[in-house]
Amino acid sequence: MATNGYVAHAPGYVDNEGPKIVSERFGYADSFTLARFEATGGYEGLRAALARRPADVHDEVRSATVLGRGGAGFPAGVKWGFLPPGKFPYYLVVNGDESEPGTYKDRLLMERDPHQLIEGCLITCYALGLTQCFLYVRGEMALAQERIATALNEAYDAGYVGRNILDTDFSVDIVLTWGAGAYIVGEETALIESLEGNRGMPRLKPPYFPAAIGLYGQPTIVNNVETLANLGWLLVNGAEQYKSYGSEASPGTRLFAVSGHVRRPGVYEVEHGVTTFRELIYGDNFCQGIREGHELKMFIPGGGSAPWFFEEHLDLPLEAGPVGAAGSMLGSGAIVVMDDTTDAVKATLRVVRFFARESCGKCTPCREGTTWEERILQRILDGEGRHSDIDMLLDIGDNISPGPYPVAANPHEGLEAVPFPPKQTTICPLGPSSVAPIVSTIRRFRHEYEAKITRRDSIPVRAQGVFVTECSSD
Amino acid sequence: MSFFTSANLDIAREIVSRYPVPRSALIPLLHLAQEQHGWVTDDAMREIADLCGITPAEVKGTGSFYEMFKFGPVGSYLINVCTNISCMLLGGEELLDHAQQRLGVKTGGTTDDGMFTLEDVECVAACTEAPCLQVNYRYRLRVTNNDFDEMIDDIRAGRVDDLPQHGTLARIRQRIPTDKLAGVVHPDDAREAPVWLARNAAEDSVVG
Ligand SMILES: Cc1cc2nc3c(=O)[nH]c(=O)nc-3n(C[C@H](O)[C@H](O)[C@H](O)COP(=O)(O)O)c2cc1C
Ligand code: SF4
Repeated sequence: MATNGYVAHAPGYVDNEGPKIVSERFGYADSFTLARFEATGGYEGLRAALARRPADVHDEVRSATVLGRGGAGFPAGVKWGFLPPGKFPYYLVVNGDESEPGTYKDRLLMERDPHQLIEGCLITCYALGLTQCFLYVRGEMALAQERIATALNEAYDAGYVGRNILDTDFSVDIVLTWGAGAYIVGEETALIESLEGNRGMPRLKPPYFPAAIGLYGQPTIVNNVETLANLGWLLVNGAEQYKSYGSEASPGTRLFAVSGHVRRPGVYEVEHGVTTFRELIYGDNFCQGIREGHELKMFIPGGGSAPWFFEEHLDLPLEAGPVGAAGSMLGSGAIVVMDDTTDAVKATLRVVRFFARESCGKCTPCREGTTWEERILQRILDGEGRHSDIDMLLDIGDNISPGPYPVAANPHEGLEAVPFPPKQTTICPLGPSSVAPIVSTIRRFRHEYEAKITRRDSIPVRAQGVFVTECSSD
Repeated sequence: MSFFTSANLDIAREIVSRYPVPRSALIPLLHLAQEQHGWVTDDAMREIADLCGITPAEVKGTGSFYEMFKFGPVGSYLINVCTNISCMLLGGEELLDHAQQRLGVKTGGTTDDGMFTLEDVECVAACTEAPCLQVNYRYRLRVTNNDFDEMIDDIRAGRVDDLPQHGTLARIRQRIPTDKLAGVVHPDDAREAPVWLARNAAEDSVVG
């Protein structure tokens, strides 16, 4: 299927009503070309930035409170301020490794509007004095790589990237680079390792931010694709306009991918911090409710790493604070909706297996723990579970993430929420993330676990393959 | 002994030249080798080691961390079926079962004719279009069993034109014209602040 001689856009994006910052151009069949970008205000943000002092550009981003969209939600302007003065050179690394289960927005941004991302990179490099940029795209995303390569070639030819950009003293190269299939490389220090030609294993912290020590040991800014995609618009329209959307703590808009058992799954640009889960899942303008004849059972509010939510969380706003206090996180803007047909144990196993497979193996609690979690869940699901398995799962979780693990309240049993984030005995949060679905579902659907385990007890011991001899009492 | 064709060797050298440290080119070069040959051979690893200034063991040691690199023959078409949570909810596992039956191989296996290798894959960022799969890294979305069968028939009959050989990622490469190159930035170069930061000292905004 081709439109105007182009490969058709990947479906998924839904052009709903509401303010648009990053998806403004998504509707055009040629949205990824330089011609379309220039015809719709593209590179005006770069021009606006170059007309100001670099420090003023940084101030604009700081005062807009652009929250990082990669998962942690840290404000970009503040992170940028962590660069140690004078320790040049500085690098920019763009995190386009999107692979958190349920997350689908960076790929859209890279495929549909690569120039918008390039403009964001240029603005960042200008503001901070970063002198080389590496744009790291997930290995499996061939079309995104193709679109970015094409866009970079156009942008170099037109003088937007490279030496003396737009005939000023500002010069920076943007190098497209890519991964090869490893979720953990999305963690920023693992990404840097990968970019240095190593196995993608996270680095020990501190330093907590690569801004202190990053690529080749130099100060490095790592930002997510969506974070940077906001900057062109911001420089044209200003922080005040940006903050007129969304809430005070979470200004602007954000892309949310809603998948699973909803009538109209899709990627939606929504006002950050004010829209609620209920509006997004049930609203006519959005997903239009659970599929025919079914009801909501549970949902993941922020990607595979987030603890799970239920019916009573629907009226929470899409904002880090309230979601964190309720025991989860907004993470990477990925909402996975599960209806009443979903087997809680099976869904838990599926997410846990992901973490077991993707553990980089550097820390023992994660490497061993995630494997055991997977095996135990599998045997429960296969009807081979033991009564001690539920406690064992929680115990293994406690080895990876000690203390009370973040979890939603269970009003049916009078249990309070444990706020985000979890503690960790590991180098990075991947290991602890594996505990999220386990704790979430055991707390809420313990009876489903028990039902599967009891089923085994009802099978005669002989049929379980154990050889039993009758004992006499004397 | 030369693995890369001379055209690819030029590309490889150009890729290496974009990074401050040659080893950073390791993953892109492994992809280039896979694009040329369908999988990564020992000869390829030796040549990449030379290009990156490291040992072949380091190339293998790093490369084997990444799932996309294959160190033995795979089918001309690599089919990756997603079974992660969003796809599982809408039939990803059933689709994988069907694929195994249709192709007559287990996950990880290659058909006897060397056409197809079947794998399951973790979330490939198409969650709203579940269940989905990739063939040689090109998407197929909301795939039914019937769609799957048709796809296999079409590929076998040569009726599919959007699927390059296994290993090919972007078909367009970045090129940086020499007169536009800002310059590779080496970490050890003692460096002054970039010139444009001097504008910060200016009283008023400077118009560029
Ligand atoms: C296990 C793990 C996986 C991650 N995956 C991604 C990812 O795919 N994309 C991303 O942008 N950030 C990812 N992050 C977050 C990054 O470490 C980092 O916080 C982010 O790229 C910073 O950009 P931002 O401040 O613009 O959000 C991941 C973190 C962890 C711990
Ligand atoms: S927590 Fe897991 S993925 Fe993270 S560094 Fe440790 S072993 Fe690797």
